[in-house]
Amino acid sequence: MSFMGKGKKAVAAVSEDSLYADRVRVYPKSVHGPVRRFKWAVLIFCLTLYYVLPWVRWNRGIGRPNQAVLLDIFHERFWFFNLEFWPQDIFYLTGLLIMGAISLFLVTSLFGRLWCGYACPQTVWTDLFMWVEREIEGDRNERMKRDSMPVNFDKVWRKGLKHAVWFAVAFWTGGAWIMYYVDAPTVTVEFWKGTASSEVYLFTALFTAATYLLAGWAREQVCTYMCPWPRFQAAMLDEQSFTVTYQAWRGEPRAQGKRVSGAGGDCVDCGACVTACPTGIDIRDGIQLECINCGLCIDACNHVMEKTGRPGWLITWDTLADQAAKATGIHVPFRVFRPRTIIYLSALGLAAVVMIVALMLRPGLGLSVQRDRAPLFVMLASGDIRDGYTVKIVNKSSTQAIFEISTQGMHGATLTETNEELGPAETLGLPVAGDSVGTFRIMVTGQPAALVDGSQPIDFSLRDTATGELTVYHSVFMGPVRRR
Amino acid sequence: MPTKIEKDDVTGQMTTGHEWDGLQELNRPVPRWWLYTWAACCVWALIWCVLYPSLPGITGYYHGLIGYYQRDAVDADVAKVTAQRAGAMDKIKALSFADIRKDPQLLAVAETAGRITFAENCQPCHGAGGGGNPGYPALAAGNWLWGGTLEDIQRTVTFGIRSGQDDARNSQMPRFGADAILKPAEIQAVADYVSTLWGVPGGTGTNPAEGKRVFAENCAVCHGETGQGNREVGGAKLAAHTHLHGDDRAAILAQINNPKMGVMPNWNARLDAAKIKSVAIYVHSLGGGE
Repeated sequence: MSFMGKGKKAVAAVSEDSLYADRVRVYPKSVHGPVRRFKWAVLIFCLTLYYVLPWVRWNRGIGRPNQAVLLDIFHERFWFFNLEFWPQDIFYLTGLLIMGAISLFLVTSLFGRLWCGYACPQTVWTDLFMWVEREIEGDRNERMKRDSMPVNFDKVWRKGLKHAVWFAVAFWTGGAWIMYYVDAPTVTVEFWKGTASSEVYLFTALFTAATYLLAGWAREQVCTYMCPWPRFQAAMLDEQSFTVTYQAWRGEPRAQGKRVSGAGGDCVDCGACVTACPTGIDIRDGIQLECINCGLCIDACNHVMEKTGRPGWLITWDTLADQAAKATGIHVPFRVFRPRTIIYLSALGLAAVVMIVALMLRPGLGLSVQRDRAPLFVMLASGDIRDGYTVKIVNKSSTQAIFEISTQGMHGATLTETNEELGPAETLGLPVAGDSVGTFRIMVTGQPAALVDGSQPIDFSLRDTATGELTVYHSVFMGPVRRR
Repeated sequence: MPTKIEKDDVTGQMTTGHEWDGLQELNRPVPRWWLYTWAACCVWALIWCVLYPSLPGITGYYHGLIGYYQRDAVDADVAKVTAQRAGAMDKIKALSFADIRKDPQLLAVAETAGRITFAENCQPCHGAGGGGNPGYPALAAGNWLWGGTLEDIQRTVTFGIRSGQDDARNSQMPRFGADAILKPAEIQAVADYVSTLWGVPGGTGTNPAEGKRVFAENCAVCHGETGQGNREVGGAKLAAHTHLHGDDRAAILAQINNPKMGVMPNWNARLDAAKIKSVAIYVHSLGGGE
């Protein structure tokens, strides 16, 4: 990708014998324009969602939390509006993460790193922190000038105020994080009264510190050095990806600020794109690891193009294929459907269908049967064979319910429950308290006539006597292998 | 050794000097704060080595300035847990089995304590889950020699079987063959009769009627008229499909000739009363409890 002209990089002017680079501070200059406005809109949306969501209430009836989104780790429940997830439903989260990953691949192959430039929390909070910095310390030139001055009153109060505001925002962020795990109004009151649990204070402090350090200090270093995504996102990009691009065929050779119409390219080499960049790179070097595809350089360049009377969008969104074609005077349309995107789309569609079907078929009745491993079976004095099973029944209703359990597949099998001392009978009624899992020890006794050598299948069927709902669990019954 | 450190024309940066099949690697510097972090980690490690046990010696090791010893930490943890459990274990010791079963929480503690104690002490002979082994009763099966109520089990565990204790369960089967109490033909006949009590592999022999007479005179006192067993004296139930020392004719003859008689230790020497009660509750719950 280095067919573009070589620009002056703001990063790392490194002495050739050093293994370590000092950080080159990035002083992004503020820009105005459609891209910046869109980025603000996404930022406001994301932040509002993050800060407000824990406060949204959702009525679920008495004895249940009324917070719309609550990941209640202590009670092992995840509440999401009218959905209720138990720990055993964790694979839905896996499905969601898989869908998230494939979506990221798809979006990246189509439009480059939109996630990095607009929606990633690191980008959103860094942008917010930069805005705070700009409001207090001024724009790029003013900040650079002040940083090079010796310590004075103006510098101290502005820096102090900036860090205080940063810290406040970070604290608000860390505090809001906690509210996704415990009831928001309750924990807010408890927090200030000093009665909240030590975990609440610990995690608030942790996320406050993380926000302050990552968004205030580390910034683009998180993307460049810490984050694994930029390292392999190149595998999703190809010459058909619609990304932030410097139109070298139009811009080169650079006019070095001289207003020469006719001769030379449109690029006046003013460096506006470089000073606007939040990661401190030169987009004219082409797509590179550090570029988060935010497009702020587009706004910066358009401004200059307008002032110098040249056509805008010298830096624009385009594909490398189109750029190569445009250099020779033709136009290649953007191809949304290519093998890569079709594969991502199909995978995404498949994952979505599986998730939706699984969610719709999610049984209200949960039954799990675990056969004893030791002993595999017991021979009784009568010659009957008995196997032990641990049976767990999930009652997701809020009141106690009776569940009828029986077995199929083995003639004359009788069931005994040893904890509650029920049976022996062919069908047992097991009581389970509301909103809980009942655990039972069920002994199944088989008559020798009904047995085959070794193992044989046996089905446990469970019926909710209140709703009539039925579920079946396939298990096996073990017996001796007879010598003949 | 790097030999060809040179300037890369495209990027203007130096290479590391290593070359693999014509591929060269740029010497890209990492941020300096990584260096500081690494240095801080080294300092941390040094401090750790001074404070904690770290260096091995020939006969011992360097103990560290603060004298940390992992076994102490384990002991402290165990003591803490024991103290936490003391209340529940005292209650298990003091209450009757019936009262323990009325308290679901206490019962859960007892079953857990019993399960762990069983796994540590009883499992080697009686098998995981009380499945039994040849010569060692299958506790889950419920074919008891000395009774399967909670109290029976508690007593057996406490004093053992043929353990030499005064209160131990004691039974002694005569060596009918080795001591020549019965003639070989009589022994064969008894084995014929005993074989009729359940389906022995290899048939029931030639003379069960004579065997029945000999059995009534010599064996029925302990094993019962019909081989139903006698728990008062620990007489095994013979009219059953499972037997402690084997189910076939050879095992029957061996047991009449020169009986094996197992020993179970008196666990009151190793376990406290609360743990023995817990074990009784656990064993009782395995499926054989009465």
